[in-house]
Amino acid sequence: MVQSLDNLRETPSQTAGPYVHIGCMPTHAGNAGAFGTEIGKSPIADGAKGQIVTIRGQVIDGTGWALRDAMIESWQTDAAGRFPGQDDADPAVSGFARFAADGESGEFTLRTVKPGPIPARGGGFQAPHISLWVVARGVNVGLQTRIYFEDEDNSADPLLKRIEQRPRAETLIAKKTADGEYRFDIRLQGAGETVFLDL
Amino acid sequence: MTTDLGPLVPRDRAAHPVPYDVDYKTSVARSPHQPLLSMESTPSEETGPRFGHNILGPLDNNLILNWTKGAAPAVGERILVHGRVLDEFGRPVPQTLVEIWQANAGGRYRHVKDTYFAPIDPNFGGCGRTITDYNGYYEFLTIRPGAYPWPNRANDWRPMHIHFSIFGHSFGQRLISQMYFEGDPLIARCPIVNTIKDRSQIDRLVAPLDMAKSRPLDFLAYKMDIVLRGRRQTMFENKPEGM
Repeated sequence: MVQSLDNLRETPSQTAGPYVHIGCMPTHAGNAGAFGTEIGKSPIADGAKGQIVTIRGQVIDGTGWALRDAMIESWQTDAAGRFPGQDDADPAVSGFARFAADGESGEFTLRTVKPGPIPARGGGFQAPHISLWVVARGVNVGLQTRIYFEDEDNSADPLLKRIEQRPRAETLIAKKTADGEYRFDIRLQGAGETVFLDL
Repeated sequence: MTTDLGPLVPRDRAAHPVPYDVDYKTSVARSPHQPLLSMESTPSEETGPRFGHNILGPLDNNLILNWTKGAAPAVGERILVHGRVLDEFGRPVPQTLVEIWQANAGGRYRHVKDTYFAPIDPNFGGCGRTITDYNGYYEFLTIRPGAYPWPNRANDWRPMHIHFSIFGHSFGQRLISQMYFEGDPLIARCPIVNTIKDRSQIDRLVAPLDMAKSRPLDFLAYKMDIVLRGRRQTMFENKPEGM
């Protein structure tokens, strides 16, 4: 016999369900005013430094149908690659947003500032990216992924370089559709399946 | 906030539900077929949003009264739901946002897409939030939610449950789960519960009746402790504040 480890196990996840908006985005659920201040309405305030970008997309299931009930959270740096709260971080960037697929079209929109290169552990930089966490009915454990940008230098990014099947790296790269506008669809399953992360 | 916090402990995926489960039908088309890409966490996952008490209203953790701003109480069995948020090393997770949402006593959600014919309670909204104290402790006053039917298999009913959303201190700790109630015979029959294949992990979501915290002639209490991912630290790493 050996001593028993006294570490605790993580609480298991469960699906957020179809009514996640009641708790996280009351206005989207039809319950405006439930909280005085809803969190995550925008990751930036007026005056944020850098390029303001709008990213649109859908979360698409294995049949090609867009989810109408997904909720996404995003977390990112400011335009200089500093996380909120760090020294010299842009005070107009909270870095956190919550947005939902539209109940009719499934389209989501994230308006934010384009992040800067982000330090990697042990030196070097990660290419500019926005971290995403996707929850919905039918998703038992929230899915982590990232948005990169096609007009940035992604060649040295440590995470993108780890993707063995090179064509799959493309699923993490937002495509420019106009000045300051990008398209980023998230495919949960099947052809063109988005790379999801465990880190 | 500091950048050198040490990597997160890798997730033990066996502690969690399987992503694909034919008995929970919606998961079939919404679960990835490809494996997850794993690597050590980076500052993007090791940092995360922090929320201060300035976002909270005085009744945000009181679902009995918050929908009517205190004017009239919700109908149902009055309960206190409380517990601690810890990490895998048993450390409290202080000053972190905990959000809950639930159906009313009849199993009806206040959501534009819920059409179940059990009535809306005009005095119940169904959402609450709070921030853990310096010991990682939180509490909510609410009413016990009812079971409700859902279109999965022909006669599926969700057990009584409260949805939980917990932030922790880093984006990689983000967790959404559900709390169930001790003794509910629907728990064992629920395909969402049974997406968790480790029986002992299911038990982690079943809150025991806690008579020590109930208040006589007022409310019963249930205790729900939550464990988030820990952060690996070695003697070679700088200790950031608060650790």
